[in-house]
Amino acid sequence: MQHYSRVAAAFDAIVIGAGVVGACCAHYLSAEGASVAVLDRGWVAGGTTGAGEGNILVSDKEPGPELDLALLSNRLWRELGSDLGEAMELELKGGLVVAASAPALDALATLAHAQRDRGVETVPVTRAELRELEPHLSPEVVGGVLYPQDMQVQPMLAAAQLLAAARRRGAELRTGCEVTEISRGSDGRVTGVRTSAGPLTAPIVVNAAGTWGGVVAGLAGTELPILPRRGFILVTEPLPPMTIRHKVYTAEYVANVASSEEGLEVSTVVEGTRGGTVLIGATRERVGFDRSVSWEAIGRIAAGAIAIFPFLAETRALRSYCGFRPYCPDHLPVIGPDPRVPGLIHACGHEGAGIGLAAATGLVVAQAAAGRPTELPLDPFAAGRFEEMSVRV
Amino acid sequence: MAPTEHPVDLAVIGAGPAGLAASVTAADAGLSVLLLDMAERIGGQYWRHLADEAEEDGAGSHHHGWARFVKLRARINAHVRGGRIIHRASQTVWSLERAGSVCVVHAIGGERVRLPYSARARAVIVATGAHDRQLPFPGWTLPGVMAGGGAQSLLKGSGVAPGRRAVVAGTGPFLLPVADTLLAAGVDVVEIVEPNAPWRMLGRPGATVAGVGKLPEAVGYGTRLRRHHVTVSTGHAVIAAHGRERLRSVIVARVDAAWRVVPGSEREVACDLLTVGYGFTPQIELALAAGCATAVGSDGSLVVGTDPAGRTSVSGIYAAGETTGVGGADLALIEGELCGAAVIEDLRRGARGAANRRGRRAPRARRRLLEARRRSLLAFAAGVNGVFSIQPGWEEWLEAETIICRCEEVPYARVRGALDDLGSGDARTVKLLARPGMGLCQGRICGAAVARLAASRRAAAAPAGGGSAELAVGPDPGQEDLIALSRRPLGSPVPLRHLAAFATPTPPATNRGRPDDGAPNPAPGTDAGTVAGTDDRAADRADNRAADRADNRAV
Repeated sequence: MQHYSRVAAAFDAIVIGAGVVGACCAHYLSAEGASVAVLDRGWVAGGTTGAGEGNILVSDKEPGPELDLALLSNRLWRELGSDLGEAMELELKGGLVVAASAPALDALATLAHAQRDRGVETVPVTRAELRELEPHLSPEVVGGVLYPQDMQVQPMLAAAQLLAAARRRGAELRTGCEVTEISRGSDGRVTGVRTSAGPLTAPIVVNAAGTWGGVVAGLAGTELPILPRRGFILVTEPLPPMTIRHKVYTAEYVANVASSEEGLEVSTVVEGTRGGTVLIGATRERVGFDRSVSWEAIGRIAAGAIAIFPFLAETRALRSYCGFRPYCPDHLPVIGPDPRVPGLIHACGHEGAGIGLAAATGLVVAQAAAGRPTELPLDPFAAGRFEEMSVRV
Repeated sequence: MAPTEHPVDLAVIGAGPAGLAASVTAADAGLSVLLLDMAERIGGQYWRHLADEAEEDGAGSHHHGWARFVKLRARINAHVRGGRIIHRASQTVWSLERAGSVCVVHAIGGERVRLPYSARARAVIVATGAHDRQLPFPGWTLPGVMAGGGAQSLLKGSGVAPGRRAVVAGTGPFLLPVADTLLAAGVDVVEIVEPNAPWRMLGRPGATVAGVGKLPEAVGYGTRLRRHHVTVSTGHAVIAAHGRERLRSVIVARVDAAWRVVPGSEREVACDLLTVGYGFTPQIELALAAGCATAVGSDGSLVVGTDPAGRTSVSGIYAAGETTGVGGADLALIEGELCGAAVIEDLRRGARGAANRRGRRAPRARRRLLEARRRSLLAFAAGVNGVFSIQPGWEEWLEAETIICRCEEVPYARVRGALDDLGSGDARTVKLLARPGMGLCQGRICGAAVARLAASRRAAAAPAGGGSAELAVGPDPGQEDLIALSRRPLGSPVPLRHLAAFATPTPPATNRGRPDDGAPNPAPGTDAGTVAGTDDRAADRADNRAADRADNRAV
């Protein structure tokens, strides 16, 4: 590729971060013929990718640029799934959003209508139909909307398998390798990175460091306002297959995703996994990188899960885990070239939607790196947007 | 879950040697003590006994140190009658946290009912002991293959002999009492198989001097083994177990110092019982969840880091016995007493100014003596652990389909795939990618092995001289590998409705109704200081011993 070959460098592109977003970037970059090195100070999928549920959702997004990105990503995940679906446990299970009151159901119907106009498949579900879709749902649930496009993937396997695919095309994965500086030439352009294992050269560096994306931006002398937003997940003992068939969540989830509260926010998200365990979420708190267990947070998701699936009261929880969503003040990710640092391309700050948005992110990053037009306009995700926002972070 | 009105002075989790010694020490000094344990009767794994043995003082004479237990039990019972100690049996503590000026423990329990139970305490001692450390090998999941400690507690707890013709395998001095218990129950122990070479002990002068006290016990075992014509094969290992529905035979092979099989040395030994134990893994998840700093013990296990008196890095939380390093019951008794004394001292220091002179303070001379004995027993334990350490050649016994994690049925090939093909390099990402340790037992059984597999692959892949203490490059796992398989925010499986009770924010953890003057509280005469749920229905009756089973079941 002409664009890449103009600089004599070890790699065409260096991707910082071996989570699901870095893996998708490496996948699409290498598919374009670029030589890629993926660096991570830890191991594969050890950050937020390893602490999520594997959601690939269109249902939880209000109409806007993120929904457009999610729809593109949904299509791309299906493509990726044709080869790797089994290996990354991709399940086309569909999402079921439920409402426990008539006003909540009205609000949900309005949202679904707007989503449909943007290309989301939505199927209104009556109370009686809900019992067929999810036999164990509480009778309190009055109705809902089925989103057949929603999917689930095992996120760690997805990242690892996509990286393995990229490696088969010649990409290099260097784990235990911490980037200490993003090197720039006298013209300000990126020339590569310095790492704990020595320097590497490349004209393009992709910041796919997730919650630590702001730190990586700092290594290039620029800034991104990315903060951790903690979430807990509770995992039950294995239940018989198909006990819970869809990703089921309450209508408040959409509002909480979009909220910027610092305090604990809880919405109920329940889904089965292939192994039979049930994952229960979701909490959102801005408490820095504090990993200590919050029994209030765990108690509230447990109570929420019992409210929509009463039988879960006697089901035993085996473990809980927490992770840190990479949160930007306007809840949108940062994707695309940074005009302040030529050669630096961001792909981070996806908050709780990183798995779902990863595929589209990887594709547009690869397109931007090659200097080609991107599938979607990247202005809403531009790194420079925060300067005008005058947001204190 | 209602918080308790007044905290007890001390909650002791675990009623084995360390927990009992700590409890009586604290109660003697006038502290109110809540003693929580999973079993119905005090004594722990070490002094696990049948119900009828509890009645007669002489009945448990086949237990080691039984006389000492009888004395301890008498002191505990006196304090229970006097109201200083509350003993709550059959409690599985699943959470320990520091909340403001007190510690909070949450348990599920009742004899057969899963009742929620919570208590607050000014200080907590984690004396939860250890369980058998396992190394997987082909056939280890067959019925008839058991953990050494599991077989022993089956015999001690129910009197049922789990087989007729046994091979005792693994490493460490614990093989001898396991064989002894089996012999006493009439089991034909045909061979003890130990890959290490215990005579190396002789080369460690410090260790042998400290071990003189153990000689009579060792001689006793030796005499019985000879009388029963038990073959002791050091430098050998059980590398596979065979059988269709259940165990029929094992393959014993000679191994070199690194535990690599000497080709051609394999022989088949018929048996219907194989006990296995490669040392012990301290049960430290409660301390980990509470944020206590950890260390790697002399046997390579993850342990709670403490000062010599058992203080952890979290104020108010202490650890004693095997949780601070595997060293046996003698050491645990001393550590329990020292730890109890430290709690007394710390609570009094916290109560500076308050008139609080009741009870006795442990005399300084006694403490010095205990500290000296502790040092000498620790040196002995370090020597023993050095001689009976796990060697990397064990991994060569594995086949691609050998199950590593029984709960999630993860074969060796999948663990290797995560490490070799998927970019994993530590135990945590092995767990994420291949799922060992994700199941019911939460890595209690497979954790030590998974940490070792990750460390040895990292060592093979890494350039020489790399790594750190946390993520060691070498065949032995570093702290991070061990922590990844030891961290269990829920110490045991908990019904969701118990967790849902936390949905409302807990009130600030200060005393309500009386000023918090920091002084120890009077000993509660009844269950004051603790609150148990009582509204559970008969429908809730279910087995609450899953974690117990997970620890003790056949390996």
